Amino acid sequence: MKHTLSVLVENKPGVLARIAGLFSRRGFNIDSLAVGITEDPDVSRMTITVDAAEHPIEQVTKQLHKLINVIKITDLDPERTVARELSLVKVSTDAKTRGEVMQIAEIFRARILDVGKKSLTIEVTGTTGKIEALEQLLRPHGVVEIVRTGRVAIERGGK
Amino acid sequence: MKGSEIIIESLKAAGVDTIFGLPGGMVIPLYDALYDSDLRHILVRHEQGAAHMADGYARATGRTGVCVATSGPGATNLVTGIANAYMDSTPMIAITGQARSDLIGTDAFQEADITGITEPIVKHSYLIKRTEDIPRVFKEAFYIASTGRPGPVVIDIPSDMQLEDIGYKPAGRLNLPGYKPTLKGNMKQIRSAATAIAAAERPVIYAGGGVITAGAEKELLALAKLMKIPVTTTLMGLGAFPENNDLSLGMLGMHGTGYANYAVTHCDLLLGVGARFDDRVTGKIATFARGAKKIHIDMDPAEISKNVPIDIPIVGDARDVLGGIVAELRKLKRRPKQTAAWMDQVIAWKQKHPLHYKDFKGSIMPQYVIEEINRISKSDAILCTDVGQHQMWSCLFYTHIKPRHFISSGGLGTMGFGFPAAIGAKVGRPDKIVIDIAGDGSFQMNIQELATAVCYDIPVVVCILNNGFLGMVRQWQELFWNKRYSDTVISCQPDFAAVAEAYGALGMTITDKKDVSDAIRTAIKARRPAVLDFHVRAEENVFPMVPAGKSIDEMIGGHRT
Repeated sequence: MKHTLSVLVENKPGVLARIAGLFSRRGFNIDSLAVGITEDPDVSRMTITVDAAEHPIEQVTKQLHKLINVIKITDLDPERTVARELSLVKVSTDAKTRGEVMQIAEIFRARILDVGKKSLTIEVTGTTGKIEALEQLLRPHGVVEIVRTGRVAIERGGK
Repeated sequence: MKGSEIIIESLKAAGVDTIFGLPGGMVIPLYDALYDSDLRHILVRHEQGAAHMADGYARATGRTGVCVATSGPGATNLVTGIANAYMDSTPMIAITGQARSDLIGTDAFQEADITGITEPIVKHSYLIKRTEDIPRVFKEAFYIASTGRPGPVVIDIPSDMQLEDIGYKPAGRLNLPGYKPTLKGNMKQIRSAATAIAAAERPVIYAGGGVITAGAEKELLALAKLMKIPVTTTLMGLGAFPENNDLSLGMLGMHGTGYANYAVTHCDLLLGVGARFDDRVTGKIATFARGAKKIHIDMDPAEISKNVPIDIPIVGDARDVLGGIVAELRKLKRRPKQTAAWMDQVIAWKQKHPLHYKDFKGSIMPQYVIEEINRISKSDAILCTDVGQHQMWSCLFYTHIKPRHFISSGGLGTMGFGFPAAIGAKVGRPDKIVIDIAGDGSFQMNIQELATAVCYDIPVVVCILNNGFLGMVRQWQELFWNKRYSDTVISCQPDFAAVAEAYGALGMTITDKKDVSDAIRTAIKARRPAVLDFHVRAEENVFPMVPAGKSIDEMIGGHRT
């Protein structure tokens, strides 16, 4: 089962290396990782997706907690979380196929970022499922390159 | 004030009076400041020695040990010592010089990324980028190293930061939002633990080094006595519970006593405190204390249920939690279950499976040397060890009665640890007799520190149990590898007594059993560094032994069955 950990860390040099090092030496696998500063410039947030099938998530969070620069860890409840990823996809197109690719992009509310003679670059935002569905549809046209961010997630506000 | 002087001020502010180290290019400014200071600096002969001395000093005194090395090779020579301190949770500060800040990342002369190299083996580390950060970094580092579950902290300081002249402003208040060790145990959990203990018929306490770190030996003794619970300790926990008490089971695990291993296997309640269910203790995890309800008290939440599932976890300081449990048990109205029948069983195991060894005529038995050291020192020496057979005999055949009197590399198993650790221990506790039990293999790994001991007149007694083998590996080869002694025979060996004399220490070679006690007495009385080379029976084994992967009640050898 995939878990999304939202980790608040002190915004200091070497913090990412400590976290990455911890994951590798304890044998935990990172599926995705996104880092950025928060509303407080001294604090950064890392959103880490891990597969807890092999290692109990509790060990992962406890070990993370031992790092001095880690302030807070939240194991986000998928029911109460909104998560998004962003993907940039460069697809080969020519005059004949361009229209069809643009149609697919529109259905996914993706944006065309760049049009070249032989390719089209699309930006899509959404859940992992949506991004993968779009990629599936684009693949037959020839995907030249995909660049994906890690997942970022936020807890829903109270109802 | 220069950065180097600020470092000295920061060390003093942390209460440091002694440091261990060796200078080099990138710490010349620091050593220049040391020259005028009243800090005691012990010059070692190899940086690994400095790290182990700081470690031994810390374990003997409970204070944070400090070692210093230059950049590059000086820093990397500390690495084994830092890893050792990390595995055994010793409070230690390692200060390293670093290439000038504008040269970092350019593969400058003697540049090594020591914060990167040591990242997996430190509690925390700092690379100082601004001179004005020095007081804050030192204050944080000492706080982090010595509180919670202690551990080593590395402070890497580029040479230009040591030279820069700025005003000294002492560190302000600590601000570590991500570091708040839990000291007080949860009351509800403490009550559940007390209830479970009161309901147990066959309880055992399994105590580790955390009891010594927390200074919880009185609370441990009170709990054991109050409820009549037998106590076994880990290697790191030796001294946490007096072995001359009837409730003591000695050490458990791979080379534990038969009765400790049987008691743990058959108990209905296991109270682990300040111990981490390490593989050398548990043997086969699936059968470890299989019928027991398990309580685990530890400072480090990550240790709880890491290896063995725990029924009642309590995060907190061992002293606080054990004290709380004793208080709860005293309040209980219902009479607790009696453990008399269980104690009878434990006594029967003790009588049936005592530690013993066969005396071979004409040989000095290594166990006998330990027994004599125990007798002559009245179990009151600080005993340090290297790693291997002699280490296990020191665990088993010495009566450990006081905390901080047994200093050994438990987690990392570092050969070469004992001698420098003994020097550090003696520096910290000059009032104590300090004895290093070494093997002929391991002693040679830091033999150069004889110069340090002689130079500063640090009277440590080294007792080499010389069997001409890398004995523990030879034992495995004998038992599990068809006696193929691949590279464990040390056929080329120096005359250790002559080496000692050459360094200016007292050296003796003992080949006859009748000379053992006299040699020990002479060395202790000499009040100068001494090396006693005991030629012991070569192919003696450490028993009992639990073969790797077996349950701890499946012991071979050494206990009558």
